[in-house]
Amino acid sequence: MLSRRDFLSGAAGGVAAAAVATTTTDAGAREAKPMPDHALGLLFDGTLCIGCRACVAACKEANGMPPERTMLEGGDYWDAPLDLSGKTLNVIKCYRDGAGTRKDEVNDGFAFTKTSCMHCVDPSCVSVCPVSAMTKDPVTGIVKYSLEACIGCRYCVAACPFGVPRFTYDEAFPRINKCQLCEQRHADGGYSACAEVCPTGATLYGRVKDLQQEVARRKALTPGAKTTYPRGRLGNGDSYQGVAKRYVDHVYGEKEIGGTQVLHLSGVPFELLNKPKLPLDAPARVAETLQGAIYHALMAPIGFLGALLALAYRHMRPADPPLERGVEPGASVKAREKGGEP
Amino acid sequence: MSTAAPHGAHPAHPVREVGHELPHVPAGAAHEEAAPVGGRIWNRFTAGLAALVLVMCAVLAMRFIRGIGAVTNLNDGYPWGLWIAYDVVVGSALAAGGFTVAFLTYILNRGEYHPAVRPALLAALFGYVQAGMSVFFDIGRYWEFWHMFWPRYVQVNSVLFEVSLCITTYTLVLFVEFTPVILERFGWERPRQKINRVLFFFVAVGVLLPTMHQSSLGSLLVIFGPQVHPLYQTQLLPLLFLTSCIGMGLAAVVFEGTVSALAFKRHLEQELLGKLIRIGTTLGLAFLVLRIGDCARRGVLGLAFQPTALSLLFWIENVLFLVPALLVATERARRHPQRLFVAACLLAVGGLLYRRSAYLVAYETGAGFRYFPSMGELAVSVGLVAFEILAITIAIRLLPVLPKEPEAAESA
Ligand code: SF4
Ligand code: SF4
Ligand code: SF4
Repeated sequence: MLSRRDFLSGAAGGVAAAAVATTTTDAGAREAKPMPDHALGLLFDGTLCIGCRACVAACKEANGMPPERTMLEGGDYWDAPLDLSGKTLNVIKCYRDGAGTRKDEVNDGFAFTKTSCMHCVDPSCVSVCPVSAMTKDPVTGIVKYSLEACIGCRYCVAACPFGVPRFTYDEAFPRINKCQLCEQRHADGGYSACAEVCPTGATLYGRVKDLQQEVARRKALTPGAKTTYPRGRLGNGDSYQGVAKRYVDHVYGEKEIGGTQVLHLSGVPFELLNKPKLPLDAPARVAETLQGAIYHALMAPIGFLGALLALAYRHMRPADPPLERGVEPGASVKAREKGGEP
Repeated sequence: MSTAAPHGAHPAHPVREVGHELPHVPAGAAHEEAAPVGGRIWNRFTAGLAALVLVMCAVLAMRFIRGIGAVTNLNDGYPWGLWIAYDVVVGSALAAGGFTVAFLTYILNRGEYHPAVRPALLAALFGYVQAGMSVFFDIGRYWEFWHMFWPRYVQVNSVLFEVSLCITTYTLVLFVEFTPVILERFGWERPRQKINRVLFFFVAVGVLLPTMHQSSLGSLLVIFGPQVHPLYQTQLLPLLFLTSCIGMGLAAVVFEGTVSALAFKRHLEQELLGKLIRIGTTLGLAFLVLRIGDCARRGVLGLAFQPTALSLLFWIENVLFLVPALLVATERARRHPQRLFVAACLLAVGGLLYRRSAYLVAYETGAGFRYFPSMGELAVSVGLVAFEILAITIAIRLLPVLPKEPEAAESA
């Protein structure tokens, strides 16, 4: 029979081992997820964006989202959302400094950026959702939401490092809303509405592999040189003549939290565009590795339960029918206090 | 005081307790018995509690008719607020006395803690019921809550799945652990003996489950990564939440023991409470050592000396874990009921603040979002606590929960 001391040191050892395993080594770590082969995504090139917000309106229309009222100092606007919300899946935000006259310059300049779901390779929202309402398509990598499954716990809202999923707090029967890359339009040969309407190709739709090549091509150009910019969907033949731009040396989304399927190019540093600075390791991987170490194959909980059962059984289960026992009050209580058998 | 009680005593006078005790405990040992406190249920105090519960119901009616936004200040930057951070995360930690005392009594076989088992289990039961109710009010699509337990939907990588499954199962286990008390009250001997034979199983599971979900309440934050301030974000979150919840749970047992002694004009189990608070404060110290050591190891301790509100909170929490241990360090000190009480309060508040900081203050999703609980949120939290106190008060009056008072037994 297990003695109490053995048991206690075993339990303490288990916790310590789990702590050590998770903090010092990678043994048993959950592997980083690879980019799906046929991953679809977007490339947003801030240097091409003119801030027309046609993409914001098109997104609303394609996804049946209601217009939103925005109250600003200068007045009261309809459908000029400043941020994502339960009613808005895509917004264009603006950086402005000083006079705000020079495009894509840090000083006295301005720049645009897009905010929408990044379709992470290893998404936090999928990892946290307790009821599989957030899923990542194994082929296209699109991170999808199932209203039917969702319980509205908002763990995904809290966990997404980009602050993407939004909840409709003002509804009695609420839901989560987030960009799903217009997957509903794919069956009819359509694609993301934001990319389709973009007049400058600032938002471009395509396979992530192709988008990555396009990023490499643009970065290799000499600023000021003549070049062609594809528009809408990469590879559909629509393009126009333009001038190569100067980019900061950072493709946002390329490496952040294990990579995303939406890539951003910019002429100004991403911090200025309020893009969160994120680690390379996916938080989903870190958290699942920790849980995995504690609950590795459920061995620790089962072992712990076994020890608990053995001790509880020994200390609680009647050995004889109670009434037939001799009564020796002092002695018996004493024995029990020492933890031994009477 | 009779020592040989007849088997199957009259229901109104439960002389002998089999419910949780070891079968070889001598029948009639005075300190092992429990008895209903009796007395009138409705008085000004309980009526006041009931009024608070009614206010909560009114707010909840609004919440269910017009949505969460109508009564709360929750937003997409702070999707979890008072109802989760306090009612679930803090509330269930304060209810951790149930499993801790059961562990001491039955797993470590320390009979001296036995009188604390029933009150602690009762408080745990209603603490967890309260947490469960709060989750139900908080989740937006409450009518789908069963998805969390339905194989087609469950997502095993989700810490939240583990937490909800664990908490729900544990609440059921607490019910089972508590049934002997009810059966004893009504003198149903047969079912009581049957349950007693398998009770060891529930006691064991009832220790395992809280260690799992109390630590997982910390793990919930790990995936927030850099959204939680480095002073609080660590791989040790599960261990920190586990150690601090034991301190908080035992502090709550001491708090409730002192308050119920005053409220029901009973004698105070000074020595027992002294031992419990000592274990609690020791775990509090362990928390402190782990926490500071971990911050130092990760090289973020310097952040605690920057002039920010968060680093101030960090140190306030640490002091609240340290001071109770000093207050009850010596045996002489533990002879002062006031000291025990103050130590318990400080420890509980320390754990509460730590949890609140981790969930609400250290958590930041980016600029532009603010959160302070609305009146409606407060009304619901207060109403839930009122409900819990009301239920516990009534149960103590009607059921054999508290140890029988020697004098009361004589006069009965
Ligand atoms: S439609 Fe294109 S150019 Fe217009 S705001 Fe959107 S991304 Fe920018
Ligand atoms: S950006 Fe957020 S919502 Fe989109 S896939 Fe990544 S974690 Fe999920
Ligand atoms: S709110 Fe819905 S989608 Fe988001 S984590 Fe909860 S159940 Fe999943």
